Amino acid sequence: MSTPRSGTYAIRSEQDVVLGRQAVRKLAQECGLRLVDQTKLVTAVSELARNAVIYGGGGDMDWTIVEEGARKGVQLVFRDTGPGIADLKQAMTDGWTSGTGLGLGLAGAKRLVDQFEIQSAPGQGTRVTITKWN
Amino acid sequence: MSILKPATIDAIKHHQSALLDGWIANLQQGGSLSDNRISRDDVSRQAKEFLALLVSASVAGDVADLARTEWSESRQFLETLSRSRAMQGFDSHHTAHFIFSLKRPLFDLLQKTYASDPMALSAELWAISELLDTLGMHTIRAFQKSREEVIRRQQEELLELSTPVVKLWDGVLALPMIGTLDSQRTQVVMESLLQRIVETGSDIAIIDITGVPTVDTLVAQHLLKTVTAIRLMGADCIISGIRPQIAQTIVHLGLDLGGIVTKANLADALALALKRSGLSVTRAE
Repeated sequence: MSTPRSGTYAIRSEQDVVLGRQAVRKLAQECGLRLVDQTKLVTAVSELARNAVIYGGGGDMDWTIVEEGARKGVQLVFRDTGPGIADLKQAMTDGWTSGTGLGLGLAGAKRLVDQFEIQSAPGQGTRVTITKWN
Repeated sequence: MSILKPATIDAIKHHQSALLDGWIANLQQGGSLSDNRISRDDVSRQAKEFLALLVSASVAGDVADLARTEWSESRQFLETLSRSRAMQGFDSHHTAHFIFSLKRPLFDLLQKTYASDPMALSAELWAISELLDTLGMHTIRAFQKSREEVIRRQQEELLELSTPVVKLWDGVLALPMIGTLDSQRTQVVMESLLQRIVETGSDIAIIDITGVPTVDTLVAQHLLKTVTAIRLMGADCIISGIRPQIAQTIVHLGLDLGGIVTKANLADALALALKRSGLSVTRAE
């Protein structure tokens, strides 16, 4: 019996954001991420999951434990079917927000992880993929 | 509209003790009596009491409409029962089983009473079955409601418990934050802290976030708002409990806490607060 290497969590409410954070912290510990990296990854999850709830009207988080040679990492995909983002460049700018937040979530999350990829178009939802290696 | 035939009510009335025995036996089979959270005597007493209520209510009228006043005593009894079961930690299945166990003995009784009249038997069976189902549903609804009440009360208690504002020194308040800082909690925290600042005439408030596992932009925004409100009241605010990993995360997120005095731990924050108040701590000889 080996532990599952991937799965999905539903992110529908603020409570789900908290549960998602806890789940990712566990995964990060499993992959041997250091405490600082765990905290960074969990904080990025908090930002992206909350975005999915607030702007995307709820979504899902897929997780995979990835291996590349000797290193191990956690890869997460945040998917929502919300209105999408028209101007990605603007959305990734520090301090810009379409809501009431600080406008640091997306750009901040990018700085907190090793790999960051965002796909979005108006009416097509948003998909953010992040990876953090140990 | 369905009313039980007088013959049915008579049968139930005259065979109450036999019904009760059958009911208890069924409860026993379902495992309801071998649970040490509730004594056998209690269950028997409840069964007896309810059977009496059932008889008096069905004599009075319609068995299809539980909303009627004849049934108010039975309803109340079931609600009390559900509540006490919920408090004792039983599940909904167990609680509903109490009512559904009565079906078998009642059906047996009807079968005997109407052995020669299948038409009447099926009509009465239907009426009784409907009655017991409604009573069972009512029990489950009441059970669910009391469980939800318990959860809501616990949530409120937790909210209260998790925001203790403590006085560290004359003029120095501290608020140790624990857990997740969402909008609702921040609101409660801010209210109680601002209130205590007024009550105690304090001019320094320390918010300790050692127990907050994740500091993201939302938490930061809540903290900034709280600090601004405290300053508007004429007091000063120190944030303590910034652990190394949190500090690094805040930097990467790009959060600007520049205008706020922060300290690594509560002791440092208290030392600073005392210094600002013109006090110093010295070792006694």
